[in-house]
Amino acid sequence: MICQKCAKGNANVHLTKIVNGEKTEYFLCEVCARAQGDFELSFDEEFPLHQFFSDILEIIPPGGTEKLPREASEGLQCTSCGLTYAQFMQIGRLGCDSCYRIFSPGLHSLIRRLHGNQKHIGKVPARAGSSLKLKKEVERMRSEMQKKIYEEDFEGAAKLRDEIRQLEDQVFTGGEGLEE
Amino acid sequence: MKNNERKQGRGKKVFKEKEGNPGLQGETEKELDHKGAGIIEDQKRAEMICTWMDGTGPEADIVINSRMQLARNIKGIPFPCLATEEQREKVFSLLEKIFKEQQERFSAYSLINLSGLSPIKRQVLTEKQLISLLMVREPEYSALLLSPDEVMGILVNEEDHLLLQALLPGLQLEKAWEAVSCHDDYLEEVIDYAFCEELGYLTACPTKVGTGLRASALLHLPALVITGQINRILSAVGQVGLAVEGIYGEGSQMTGRLFQISNQVTLGQTEEEIWRNLYGVINKLINQERAAREQLLNAGREKLADRAGRAYGILKHARLLGFQEAMQLISDVRLGVEMGMVDNIPLKTLNELLVLIRSGCLQNLKEKTLSHYERDLERSVQIQKCLP
Repeated sequence: MICQKCAKGNANVHLTKIVNGEKTEYFLCEVCARAQGDFELSFDEEFPLHQFFSDILEIIPPGGTEKLPREASEGLQCTSCGLTYAQFMQIGRLGCDSCYRIFSPGLHSLIRRLHGNQKHIGKVPARAGSSLKLKKEVERMRSEMQKKIYEEDFEGAAKLRDEIRQLEDQVFTGGEGLEE
Repeated sequence: MKNNERKQGRGKKVFKEKEGNPGLQGETEKELDHKGAGIIEDQKRAEMICTWMDGTGPEADIVINSRMQLARNIKGIPFPCLATEEQREKVFSLLEKIFKEQQERFSAYSLINLSGLSPIKRQVLTEKQLISLLMVREPEYSALLLSPDEVMGILVNEEDHLLLQALLPGLQLEKAWEAVSCHDDYLEEVIDYAFCEELGYLTACPTKVGTGLRASALLHLPALVITGQINRILSAVGQVGLAVEGIYGEGSQMTGRLFQISNQVTLGQTEEEIWRNLYGVINKLINQERAAREQLLNAGREKLADRAGRAYGILKHARLLGFQEAMQLISDVRLGVEMGMVDNIPLKTLNELLVLIRSGCLQNLKEKTLSHYERDLERSVQIQKCLP
């Protein structure tokens, strides 16, 4: 068959368009089909992300004994949203924030492969940031308290214990207050 | 044929002399018959224009726009793709409530409920780069909060619960970052984000986890294409962790010699490192493009002017223009304008055309679905109206 547009090339592209139920058919050569430019905003042209994932996932790091991300979390299911790891591998999207925790063995290895990194060093939510700081402070004071107990400085340890309680209350109310 | 085209090319001068004449659109006699329709059409055309098209900003002769997108999710609610209808609705009303409560910040903004729009109107928003294709397909309980100048947008229930977006003309990554970051701070005061210390902001797609930041710029690189250097350069760009796409992002076609460059890595770098890195690469591309333009100029100034003139002639006089062809011709004219060879066409007009000639905008102007043939016809009509 000869191209309907240029009447020269071989019509090896068969284009069927259905617009509002109205069907139009074209038989075009590759050049005309491309030039037609009718494929702008065509909905099925999105990047096949799952394929991208599986490509990345199948690469075994040279010399590594690390498990493939696909295997590391095989059979897992998120208890919060119900997404299975197999589904995630297909759609390339996670279901909720808990997925990150539940799928962590395979997912973290995938993230490391995607970003070459697995530690966030950017912006931190201001409020979460302050409670993070408090948490770290509590940790530090706890180890200091243990030290005082070991040194039999019980008075100092008790003082620290009260301070820790106070801080923990702050973290707690800070955290809860956000839920509202 | 050649002769004919040359004559058309010269036609430009005639129009230039007419510039001061209020009858700029004199050739569209039909419009006199439909004066009312014409006014409505002018209004509609104005609706399709936004700030990023105004042709200003640093490096506007190469960089068309800069975009910054910040993905955020609400703690404890499934991401939009897995959320139930009620959960999507919950996110939608939560944000609606926040926008209403934060009157002093958002009073001038408009909240657009996307499921309330016709598919064509949604397509127009995509073509203006304000929403994603995903939101055209799945508009239920998704919304766009848009600043009056259409620079700042907050998308609700896109791939993530929230996508904060700033879109500015020219190369203005820093300003765009400041805009999204400050809106992020406003929202963070009242929303508990899905965040973890180690991985940062948690997103539906693991390719965005960490900062959740996607920075990008749209570049016009005609001289690199014409001199055949583009593939080499773009593959080098790919090697430094950046992606190159067409004008409409992920998976869209390269057309009109326009290239969207964006970061891929979102974790393990600070936001500033991400956009500064992108900025550095874009500056290199700008220098390469300038060098290639110089090269073309040395090879023959008239050759370039001829290319622009011919393209202008076709745009001004053709009756049926396919999208790809029009984009290519606009790129030719644009190169002439950017190099100071064509002085009566503002960059603003050419930027607006990039959007106006797309199928959604054309159909919105005509308020009906257009066949392929009708679109080609209407595209040429619009181009002739807009070009001086």
